[in-house]
Amino acid sequence: MTASPLGPLSEDGLVRLLTPAGERVASAAYDEHASSLTTDTLRGMYRDMVLARRFDVEATALQRQGELALFAQALGQEAAQIGSAYALAPQDHVFPSYREHGVALVRGVDLVDVLRLFRGVDHGGWDPLAHGFHLYTLVVGAHPLHATGYAMGVQRDGLVGTGDPATDMAVLTYFGDGSTSQGDVNEAMVFAAVNQAPLVLFCQNNQWAISEPTTSQAIAPIANRAPGFGIPSVRVDGNDPIAVYAVTAAALERARTGGGPTFVEALTYRMGAHTTSDDPSRYRSSEQEQYWRQRDPIDRLRLHLEALGELPEVFQAELADEADALGERLRTEVRAMGRPAADQMFEHVYATPHAVVDAEREWFGAYEASFEGSAR
Amino acid sequence: MTTTETRPAVGAPSGVQRLTFAKAINAGLRRAMADDPSVMLMGEDVGRLGGVFRVTDGLHAEFGSSRVVDTPLAESGIVGTAIGLAMRGYRPVLEIQFDGFIFPAFDQITTQLAKMHYRSRGALTLPVVIRVPYAGGIGAVEHHSESPEVLFAHTAGLRVVSPSSPAEAYEMIRAAIASPDPVLFFEPKVRYWDKGEVDLGPETGAEAADPAILDKARVVRAGTDLTLVAYGPTVATALAAAESAAVSGTSIEVVDLRALSPLDLPTVAASVRKTRRCVVVHEAPVLYGAGAEVAARLTEECFYHLEAPVLRVGGFHIPYPVAKLEHEYLPSLDRVLDAVDRAMGF
Repeated sequence: MTASPLGPLSEDGLVRLLTPAGERVASAAYDEHASSLTTDTLRGMYRDMVLARRFDVEATALQRQGELALFAQALGQEAAQIGSAYALAPQDHVFPSYREHGVALVRGVDLVDVLRLFRGVDHGGWDPLAHGFHLYTLVVGAHPLHATGYAMGVQRDGLVGTGDPATDMAVLTYFGDGSTSQGDVNEAMVFAAVNQAPLVLFCQNNQWAISEPTTSQAIAPIANRAPGFGIPSVRVDGNDPIAVYAVTAAALERARTGGGPTFVEALTYRMGAHTTSDDPSRYRSSEQEQYWRQRDPIDRLRLHLEALGELPEVFQAELADEADALGERLRTEVRAMGRPAADQMFEHVYATPHAVVDAEREWFGAYEASFEGSAR
Repeated sequence: MTTTETRPAVGAPSGVQRLTFAKAINAGLRRAMADDPSVMLMGEDVGRLGGVFRVTDGLHAEFGSSRVVDTPLAESGIVGTAIGLAMRGYRPVLEIQFDGFIFPAFDQITTQLAKMHYRSRGALTLPVVIRVPYAGGIGAVEHHSESPEVLFAHTAGLRVVSPSSPAEAYEMIRAAIASPDPVLFFEPKVRYWDKGEVDLGPETGAEAADPAILDKARVVRAGTDLTLVAYGPTVATALAAAESAAVSGTSIEVVDLRALSPLDLPTVAASVRKTRRCVVVHEAPVLYGAGAEVAARLTEECFYHLEAPVLRVGGFHIPYPVAKLEHEYLPSLDRVLDAVDRAMGF
């Protein structure tokens, strides 16, 4: 027996279509999927990456000002998120973990609503069915099973492999390197494989599960696990939006046409802290952070578009204005988010009346009313 | 891929029949599947085998492998994928093979299934039924005789019910499947072979099941001197105790709770205001059990009506013992009568 020659953070063999300097390199396997990206679309991706970055910066500042209880940044993962989200069809469904803000943006979720959870006024914040973008899941690794079940439902609805691109569906679930150690993620692969579910398992390996490096989760590339379940896998440079798009588009196409599940591992880097409560200086080196800052995904796409002469100053100026406007709207609307009425905590516990909840709600209402007019 | 099959319930069992508890659930499942193509069964060995207790017997042959799904051997996966299927509009009815095997799924049930309606502020409903053969009395090996129902009753967002007779089992499984809320459906496996009359209704066009029936406790025997509160496997024990006590002149009323969530306290309290004495009987350990909840609430609601403290008969604070000792562990007829005597002695 020989151990894998590659460690879990190896950059060898990653699918890469853009170098860190923004030069397009050829890939026989993925050029066809990448070719569907027009320069307009690439500019759209760039715009969304810049806006997602601005969202991160503003939300982090709002947390520091005491306006949010907590925030989980996606800083540095913009290419992994926006590149993959651009490959989705409108009818597809996404099951995110909890820092897929860039995907939320692409799916049309108002980013203000994403902050409801972090402000503590809502456990969700948006209608998951309206956007095909399900609620964040804070129990690490619980949701890939939901995605698998949803995909099994799509199969039963006869919406796989009919050849109609307007209705054939796929399901994509995002999770991190740490969550691949959870039993549920592995069970999701078992169920997805035996059902040949139309599913893409998208692992953003951002190298850190709070303070634990990926080497605490695996000794070989995480993507190597999937073939053991009978699920083909691919490792992609997660800071290369074009490669992420192409790899995800191929996996989604495979799912939609009845080819079954695919595991995508996007190697990226969590440039920020795990959340605003975390302090990465306690466990990782500034040299490592510096190395990955030089591989910033936004810089990479900017350099590429600039080299093509496709990033005119007027576009950049408009984008800067748009980002400023987003920032201002976030600040205004988050600060305006009031405390929910206390009685609201009793709503939607059950879909049909429940005598105990109803009685407690009634008691609570009377208790609160007993203070009316007092100095409380 | 697979397609949804709908088959008319032609030739389906109908009318009043004498059935075992297991067959009654089977008939309820068949009726629900025939009435609603979104209903599907999932679990380990529920397909060709018909489940280890044969509760799903014949349903795979009738409805096919897309609707009666032999799953991988992974309880968390069963519940987790059922959540996704329910989000897609299906009504999965899951079988957890034995009570002691539900714990791998505990996280999916309590953090996901129970809370999705709440956290989505009503945008998502998860009509998932989890059938659990539970409790002891069949001489089983370790982890096959447990009563974990209160762990789920303690979690908001779940409904927790347990039928006590074949007729109840048929009505309640249909109601559970019709409920838009997740339902933990605890089946007392020691009763699977009990027979009783079950009204299966007409062959076609039966009245739709009403989930509201799950919320109500039921007085199953009238009496005047003491109320025995039980659910699931211990209802039969309570009825036997009432029969026995009647010989010595004590008139016992028996209330079948049927549901632990919601708890129908008004029905219990109305009985206790009349009888002034109450004993709660369940197989689950007494410590922090359903009896503790009933006793505390009766103390609040009927303090001045009580002639005696509310007593409890149930499991000890020990792991479920070896099969050769389960007779001593379980709340037997004698132990119930002992508690009745103590309550009457106040």
